[in-house]
Amino acid sequence: MEISFLQELSEARGPSGFEGEVRDLLARRLRGTVDDLSADTIGNLIAFRKGSGASPLRVMVSAHMDEVGLMIVGAESSGFLRFRAIGGIDPRVLVAKRVLVGKDRIPGILGVKPVHLTEASERRNVIKIEQLYIDMGAKNKEEALAAAPVGEFATFDTPFSYLEGHELGDHPHGRVAGKAFDDRVGCFVLASILDQEYPFDLYGVFTVQEEVGLRGAQVAAHAVFPDLAFALEGTVCDDSPKEDDLSPTTALGRGPAITIADASVISDRRLVDLLIDTAVAEGIPYQIKQPNIGGTDAGAIHLSREGVPSVALAVPSRYIHSPESVLDLTDLENTIKLLRAALGRLPSTWNTRQDQGRNQ
Amino acid sequence: MKDTLKRLTEAFGPSGSEAQVRDLIREEISGLADNVTEDALGNLVAVKKGSGRRVMLAAHMDEIGLIISYIDEKGFLRFGTIGGVGTLGLLGTRVRFADGTVGVIGMEKQDDRSKVPDRASMYIDIGARNRDEVHLRVGDVACLDRPFVDGGSRVMAKAMDDRAGCAVLIEAMRRLDDCPHEVHFAFTTQEEVGLRGATTCAYCVEPEVAIALDVTMTGDTPKAPMNAVSLGQGAAIKVRDGGMLSHPAIKDLMVRRAEENGIPYQLEVLEGGTTDARVMQTSRSGIPTGVISVPCRYVHTPSEMIEMADAEACVNLVTALLVNDISL
Repeated sequence: MEISFLQELSEARGPSGFEGEVRDLLARRLRGTVDDLSADTIGNLIAFRKGSGASPLRVMVSAHMDEVGLMIVGAESSGFLRFRAIGGIDPRVLVAKRVLVGKDRIPGILGVKPVHLTEASERRNVIKIEQLYIDMGAKNKEEALAAAPVGEFATFDTPFSYLEGHELGDHPHGRVAGKAFDDRVGCFVLASILDQEYPFDLYGVFTVQEEVGLRGAQVAAHAVFPDLAFALEGTVCDDSPKEDDLSPTTALGRGPAITIADASVISDRRLVDLLIDTAVAEGIPYQIKQPNIGGTDAGAIHLSREGVPSVALAVPSRYIHSPESVLDLTDLENTIKLLRAALGRLPSTWNTRQDQGRNQ
Repeated sequence: MKDTLKRLTEAFGPSGSEAQVRDLIREEISGLADNVTEDALGNLVAVKKGSGRRVMLAAHMDEIGLIISYIDEKGFLRFGTIGGVGTLGLLGTRVRFADGTVGVIGMEKQDDRSKVPDRASMYIDIGARNRDEVHLRVGDVACLDRPFVDGGSRVMAKAMDDRAGCAVLIEAMRRLDDCPHEVHFAFTTQEEVGLRGATTCAYCVEPEVAIALDVTMTGDTPKAPMNAVSLGQGAAIKVRDGGMLSHPAIKDLMVRRAEENGIPYQLEVLEGGTTDARVMQTSRSGIPTGVISVPCRYVHTPSEMIEMADAEACVNLVTALLVNDISL
């Protein structure tokens, strides 16, 4: 595993609708590896890997390129920029953070009143996103809007870092921190598995606009028209200390998380079983993601055209949708291993439309 | 029809786990269709051939349910919901898993007894002494568990929503004779979690006209929300609900056929909730769509009540529509 590529993916900037930098990075990486590489009108990057011909299936594996971010909506006469969230952001994670505004990476700070000036009652309340602003050092409205016009995007300014026990080489382990592991870690998994030939035609789709409503995946699935699909994610991990014996959504270090059901999809049971059986057979740890939390591109893909059997598979990541997320490289490696092995075990006939032949 | 309804309502079939219901329907409709197919999302479609209009009739097989989210050390199961499960009716309710395991819903101590307890404070107890005795897994699903009760003209059961609609379609298939149209009887999946089966099924069938069969709520109980639909007043012809407006020409055609054939009917305006009709209507380039509803009390509880005469009226209305010209 080439962790420097995960670093590049994490540090690349691409909130929903502004995925260009991530797309270019992936295209550079995959050119020459895959049989065809194209971008569609909404911005999805579709990497095609021709199969050996042994299986007639058409398989789609998706990962989304976009991340949550901010969009500039105006400026005050004092030069502070007003913004709104792109995708789901808890305003509590924003206060006093650094961001980079626009393509030119202009540094900005989400300023907050010093403690000297706040009342005790103020400190008990959550600051609304409408009250926050970005301070780029601009002296007035004109200066601010010239550098960052309305509609410009901003991302968290978070360098990728190793937390502990990192060891480079073929089997790196340890934990890393960075932004946008949701879903650059999925992009990393997808880019990794595209390096080999499979019995079936494989469409690796790097989608756009997942965070604002699975929009890229919807049109990509219609165009690709697959027999079945896997959606790769950097998913919610909530294994922080709890008083009671209650559920973590997923736990770090316990292996790839398989979705049985979330808010967007009830995964195809045959694909869930394929992943579980593969994990058991190959001795790869896995966990079942706590049901009903979140949604993924599988939510759009499985409803495409006449229906596409779909499943979501994810690398657990702590603190997603915030400036810092944390993942375990062993989970990442196991996710790649599990997906490769599961794709290898995929039956070549998949009765997506079983004619029962009851002609009377 | 009552026997069919009893079998259907007692079958296990939360959204995404409709196999038992699907198998049962396959048996019930055996020999009644020219062709039966199952698609990628598990929808079962039975086709009766004809040279007239291509008509899709849809009733959903799935019911609301619970899904295990965590198994604690003492063997208690925490759960999430599948579809709109009200918390109020859960305490003390029995639930049943696909393998027949039955559990009861219990609750932690409530500090404030004036509030409706929240779901997170509830758990399923299957009688296991500890985690090792639990043979179920996170992600396994359960249905609410109640037997069918035959009260004569009025009957109650879990999953009347929408096995009543399925029973109406099956009965219509049995009675249908000399139908000039190409009719696709679709038994759909995953309605309760977002009309998902019907979405792909309608795309596949590509009908000229679509009709959903579902239950609807009534306004005839003590201090019920305002609703003109009553139990025993006939088939409910939907004008609108929270998700769709019926195609007026289909609504009018339904009213005309009901009046011509002396079928009791009532007009339905439902403020909240919707049916498969919503997604059939907007499939591909748009499909004229209407809904026939079986009035039902206590929807989404373990004891949903309907009147058999209403279901009978729905069957008669479906057949009256299908044997005649369908011009909009």
